[in-house]
Amino acid sequence: MRFGYTDEQEQFRDIVARFLRERSPTSEVRKHMASDAGYDRALWRQLVTELGLTGVHVPESLGGQGFGYVELGIALEEMGRALLCAPYFASSVLATEVLRTVATETEQAMLLPALVSGEKLGTLAWVERGGQWDVAATTLTAHGQGEACRLDGHKKFVLDGHHADLLLVVARTRGSVGDAGLGVYAVDAEAVGITRRQLATIDSTRRQAEITFSDTPARRLGGTESAAVKLRQSLDRATIALACEMVGGARALLDSAVGYAKLRMQFGRPIGSFQAIKHKCAEMLLEVELASSAARYAAAAIDDNDSEVPALASLAKAMAGDAYMHAAIECIQIHGGIGFTWDEDTHLWFKRAKSSQVMLGDASHHRERYMALTEASA
Amino acid sequence: MITHDEAEVRAELRDWLRAHWDVNRSLVAWRNLLVDSGWGMPHWPRAWHGRSLPMALLPAVEEEFEAAQAVGVARIGIRLLAAATLLEHGSNAHKARFLRRILTGEDTWCQLFSEPGSGSDLAGATTRAHSDSDGWVINGQKLWTTSAHHADWGLLLARTDWDAPKHSGMSYFIIDMTQPGVEVQPLKQMNGHASFNQVFFTDAKVPAENLVGKTGDGWKIAMTTLAHERRNADALRRWGHASPYAGAIYDQERAEIATVMEPYKWYPQRAGRVDLIMSRARETGRLADPALRQDIARLMMLSRSAEWLAHRARQAKVAGKPEGPEGSLGKLVASHVARAASHVHTLISGADAMLAGADGPHDGLIAEILLSVPATSIAGGTDEIQRNIIGERVLDLPREPRMDTGPFRDVPRNPTRGR
Ligand SMILES: Cc1cc2nc3c(=O)[nH]c(=O)nc-3n(C[C@H](O)[C@H](O)[C@H](O)COP(=O)(O)OP(=O)(O)OC[C@H]3O[C@@H](n4cnc5c(N)ncnc54)[C@H](O)[C@@H]3O)c2cc1C
Ligand SMILES: Cc1cc2nc3c(=O)[nH]c(=O)nc-3n(C[C@H](O)[C@H](O)[C@H](O)COP(=O)(O)OP(=O)(O)OC[C@H]3O[C@@H](n4cnc5c(N)ncnc54)[C@H](O)[C@@H]3O)c2cc1C
Repeated sequence: MRFGYTDEQEQFRDIVARFLRERSPTSEVRKHMASDAGYDRALWRQLVTELGLTGVHVPESLGGQGFGYVELGIALEEMGRALLCAPYFASSVLATEVLRTVATETEQAMLLPALVSGEKLGTLAWVERGGQWDVAATTLTAHGQGEACRLDGHKKFVLDGHHADLLLVVARTRGSVGDAGLGVYAVDAEAVGITRRQLATIDSTRRQAEITFSDTPARRLGGTESAAVKLRQSLDRATIALACEMVGGARALLDSAVGYAKLRMQFGRPIGSFQAIKHKCAEMLLEVELASSAARYAAAAIDDNDSEVPALASLAKAMAGDAYMHAAIECIQIHGGIGFTWDEDTHLWFKRAKSSQVMLGDASHHRERYMALTEASA
Repeated sequence: MITHDEAEVRAELRDWLRAHWDVNRSLVAWRNLLVDSGWGMPHWPRAWHGRSLPMALLPAVEEEFEAAQAVGVARIGIRLLAAATLLEHGSNAHKARFLRRILTGEDTWCQLFSEPGSGSDLAGATTRAHSDSDGWVINGQKLWTTSAHHADWGLLLARTDWDAPKHSGMSYFIIDMTQPGVEVQPLKQMNGHASFNQVFFTDAKVPAENLVGKTGDGWKIAMTTLAHERRNADALRRWGHASPYAGAIYDQERAEIATVMEPYKWYPQRAGRVDLIMSRARETGRLADPALRQDIARLMMLSRSAEWLAHRARQAKVAGKPEGPEGSLGKLVASHVARAASHVHTLISGADAMLAGADGPHDGLIAEILLSVPATSIAGGTDEIQRNIIGERVLDLPREPRMDTGPFRDVPRNPTRGR
């Protein structure tokens, strides 16, 4: 079932959508994006206890719900639509994903349940100052074995990094280059030698931090082999998850634009009766549906263990990036002068669209990657 | 509700094919058997040459035909639009008379809708039908009529009432294309082919029983034809190729397809031949150009996403869900893909993109792509019309303001013959 949803999946979507509509309207989003924490702890608890969203695709044996990526995609689409202000992507997608692919079963049993129960927030720190999304660019180093393992270096653009409890840090053994020597290290955020600083970002519904490690104790996960391949696999999955979230956001913008075009009267007619506006809306719908088809297909492909997942991740991200940004621009345009004001909600999604466009690689990066992968498989 | 088990359907069909499929039969004799058995159009109603099978089982049926190397009923060209329209709006007499010969391939059809004065605004047709003692008499001109030069029958939209508002003054007729008073003139296209025509009617007769529906129903019935036309691109891809096997019946099928497909031979080119892009880029050495790689990837992604969108529409249909946005977006995205492909083909070919025929790349195929793509955004309803349809029917935006209400006689329009 790569193209349609089952009735159960539709019901799941309805439940998540209703919950977010009630608990996270833009008035709430605005409140929490201005707060120090950056999210609503009470809402986070409800996400965990009432909906179990923090473990949608985690096996039941680790405290999760045991569904697949299609369901994760549905949940993210609705979160993107509602512009949920919460550390979900950092903890339940990135950190969870990396633990699931890189860590051993014992390590997963030790670390994952706390993330699934929402008790702890996790995040993945892999990008550094240059902002390169490829793990091979890592310069942060690890030295020493076992209990004596230490990290030195710097990470940037760490999602929810300022308040995460568990940091999963990508580092390389001293002297290694490229894919060799890469590992993922679990670091307690309270450990010595850590300096964290929240970064000022254009999208205050999704916080980022800069973190410095100086002789910080850490534990290597998943053995001594290079983690490059598994890391890329988990980042591909996270990229598809992000594409799903972006499609949800683009849909919200489309709905808002169309709704406004029906109501707003100028020159004695609703502006939606002018073709310049009507045709914009039709093209927006087309882009959103195309991006949605790609993201859905890619999510289902993860569940099927399809070998094309890396290429599909790039495809889905590029389509979603263009569609989301375009929807954001057009939605403001259709709102006219009101669209450029702080009080109108459109800019909230515009900002999320902007940061999502860049996060995990922009469309040009992914188009190039898609070409390289396609050539390699031909 | 009757439930159909796929394994049972396959077994029944396999037995039937084993008992009846015979390469030594004539094509028409074989297809008559298919029509009688209902296996030719198994999703059609039992009463009309079908088996009332759910659409979801069609792929299984097709697989069994392929496995047996058996030829199916005639399924390409405008005949399918005629069949779908008559199945929905035709009288029992129409169905009895026309459906069988459509499926056996004995009759081919054309769609006589567009006119010099009314293309997008189809309801502005001025080809006139007036009634006389034996039925109707047609005068006027149609334009861009694909396959009219091969057609036995035409689906004709003509004005029967000049005093009614435009949409209610039209009627839908079946017209014999081989009779006196019908003159078909080929029309050369910008790509050099002549698959469409202009058709002139001078006192051409239509017997009373060839009116479809009631007088004034023309617009409503035309909507059925157009809805099928928008969804029809698939059929060309799937049934436009003859079976590769040796035998008399295959020879006959090949000859039929060659004739019926003659107007469509450039159709794959009008879609931009995305399938050629990677190999062309490799053979021209342009695959290393980083800017071009971006364009190629953008096209590939668009094209694949469009296929998935079409799949979603098909799956929703099979599941019996109401048509969602996926359905109406297909035609519009096809022209985006075609345009993007034409652009990329031009960039890949560089200076060679100026050359045609034997001098051009791929023996003129690339030139043909570049000169055929513009058809996609016009034929079967322009992009602008698709955007209006999507805006108004899917997004429920306010309708276009109208300047063409009131009696058709008084509506401003292009000067034409036929008044
Ligand atoms: C930064 C900024 C500074 C400004 N400064 C000033 C100022 O100093 N003084 C001042 O008086 N105003 C100012 N304005 C207001 C500005 O002139 C209006 O916002 C602008 O004219 C659009 O009007 P509107 O916002 O009412 O949008 P609307 O007219 O409601 O338009 C909404 C949408 O409908 C479209 N639309 C409307 N009518 C048609 C039509 N007939 N055909 C097709 N599409 C149509 C519009 O293009 C737009 O996309 C400013 C606006 C901004 C954003
Ligand atoms: C290859 C090919 C095969 C064809 N085969 C057939 C056939 O078999 N049978 C048949 O009946 N017809 C056929 N047609 C005709 C086709 O359906 C018409 O050409 C088409 O509907 C456009 O009509 P038109 O050419 O009169 O353009 P017009 O309607 O005059 O349009 C001219 C321009 O104005 C725009 N326009 C018109 N109305 C609006 C509006 N309301 N809002 C915004 N823009 C508008 C159009 O989009 C277009 O860009 C074929 C055409 C082609 C190219």
